[in-house]
Amino acid sequence: MSAPETFARMAGGRAERTIHQPAVRLNVEQASYAYVSSEQSVPTFTLGATSFQAHEREIVAILGPNASGKSTLLRLISGTIAPLSGRVELEGQETSRLDVRTRAQRIAVVHQESPVVYPALAGDFVLQGRYPYGRALRFANQEDIEIARNALRQVGAEHLAKRTIGELSGGEKQRVILARALAQQPRLILLDEPTLHLDIGAQVELLERLRQLAQENHYTVAVVTHELGLAAEFADQVVLLQRGRCLRVGSPAAVYQKELLEQVFEAPLDVEIGPAGRPRVNLRARRGEETT
Amino acid sequence: MRPLTVRRLLWTCAGLALLLLACVVVALKLGAVPISVTELVLDLGRIAIGRADELPSEYRMIVFDLRLPRILLGILVGASLSVAGASFQALLRNPLADPYVLGVSSGAALGSILALIIAPGFALVTPIGAFIGAGATIAGVYFLGRREGQLDSTTLLLGGIICASFFSAIIMFLMTTLAGRDLRGMVFWLMGDLSTPVSAGMQWIFTVGLFVAIGAIYSTSADLNLLLTGEREAIHLGVDVTRVKLVVYVCASLLTALAVSASGAIGYVGLLVPHAVRLIFGSDYRLLIPASAFCGAIAIVLADTLARTIVPPTELPVGAMTAMAGAPIFIYLLRRGLR
Repeated sequence: MSAPETFARMAGGRAERTIHQPAVRLNVEQASYAYVSSEQSVPTFTLGATSFQAHEREIVAILGPNASGKSTLLRLISGTIAPLSGRVELEGQETSRLDVRTRAQRIAVVHQESPVVYPALAGDFVLQGRYPYGRALRFANQEDIEIARNALRQVGAEHLAKRTIGELSGGEKQRVILARALAQQPRLILLDEPTLHLDIGAQVELLERLRQLAQENHYTVAVVTHELGLAAEFADQVVLLQRGRCLRVGSPAAVYQKELLEQVFEAPLDVEIGPAGRPRVNLRARRGEETT
Repeated sequence: MRPLTVRRLLWTCAGLALLLLACVVVALKLGAVPISVTELVLDLGRIAIGRADELPSEYRMIVFDLRLPRILLGILVGASLSVAGASFQALLRNPLADPYVLGVSSGAALGSILALIIAPGFALVTPIGAFIGAGATIAGVYFLGRREGQLDSTTLLLGGIICASFFSAIIMFLMTTLAGRDLRGMVFWLMGDLSTPVSAGMQWIFTVGLFVAIGAIYSTSADLNLLLTGEREAIHLGVDVTRVKLVVYVCASLLTALAVSASGAIGYVGLLVPHAVRLIFGSDYRLLIPASAFCGAIAIVLADTLARTIVPPTELPVGAMTAMAGAPIFIYLLRRGLR
């Protein structure tokens, strides 16, 4: 039964209003956090109340310079830490209260690459994404293998299945890690600075792919990044953070204001709106400013 | 993609079990008194069907009362140390971890000697003391190896090696002052030696403890695969990291304690065996744990046979054999890892 039908039945046939607004998938509501080293001391870092909502197929960029609280917000969303106040809900359930296995079935997190202790085949690595679904010893069944294969196909990395992780280039590795996240069949994918070690071609390719996958598989995607240009080009929504405060939430065109960004990133910038209605950011050298 | 199947797991274990059996026969045969292989196999068969009385008594004593218990003990010790090594490697995310290198074996040895001094005459005092010693050492080394919340490989290994030499010095001090220069006992605790027989009761405790601990570690083997890719990643893939680490920490300490209280601090087995197994069978812990147990048993049985027979009629401590083979390979692995 489709959503409009359900609504029509519930509302007794008066189904004209707000039907086409899809349900909120991720709801971050006044969520805050503080790191403390001991009970008495002053918190070493605090993230002030942050609120935003995201629907399926939406890409949210969590944007800010270093030490702005991006990673903390990501951890709050992923449910590994519970907010000090407020709520983080995925489909109406608080992420920090889900048990670790259920959480892994719904939320996939892609980190900056971590060192590999023993070389694993890329295919077996992707199969790890099936872990939250397996029984005690997690022997893979045919379905798991099919899903893992499909995940590799979706990121265009089928040919890498039999290579070891150590042999792959940065971009290839990032694709395999993304494939593992897809194999988790999550509803929410979180990425922590995924473009950090990639060259510009691989960066664009990764984000293009994310946008396409979000459309096809109905993911909600949240990307932590400090890349102004990429966020402007690919995000539906931007959450702008500075020193633990959430300054703005909105579309790139609404958030990208010259004075605001210059103040947050402490660099002289030019912002113009491109043909697709998306802002473009250019860095301006300080030298030029002094002469005028 | 070639994921591990139950069938491959079982076939590998069956093959290794046969290999172990063959090694046991060889080990029974070799020694100061020569015995033919066919006779041995027939006699083992007789024992298996409960007709041991038919064997000539002198020969039975040498082979089945002296050599066989020592071989069985070697199997238990080898399996414990190898599985403990593989577990520490996952727990600390360090391919060079090993109960001996980390100082855990020396800590266990010191723990049991102290326990013997404090409460002599109590049957379980050595293994309990060893367990406390092992647990305290691995916890200590773990915190020594932490820098800014991250485990630092070099600091960890260095910390372990320093702990080992410190504990060895205390053991030497205690053995010379209290026991009056008991050289044989000193070799037993410091180098590792299988020549001191273990009581039948201890052998049972050891066997049960071994199966319980390996079983518990094995139940977390799928989690260990993920833990090796990083703690954070493991959590996001649905691993209850705190529980897994606790199980592995307790059980690996227990295995080390059992091995050390039966045979002293035999080195490098827990390092070399899992490494060799990884080269042959891959690094999936669901296969690595049982394969390491079998291969560890095989390694110790062979090493001890060599130690008994290399310079007859004298016997070397088995720990000397494993250290002679292990130390150079450790250096090689360390150098390769640094590059």
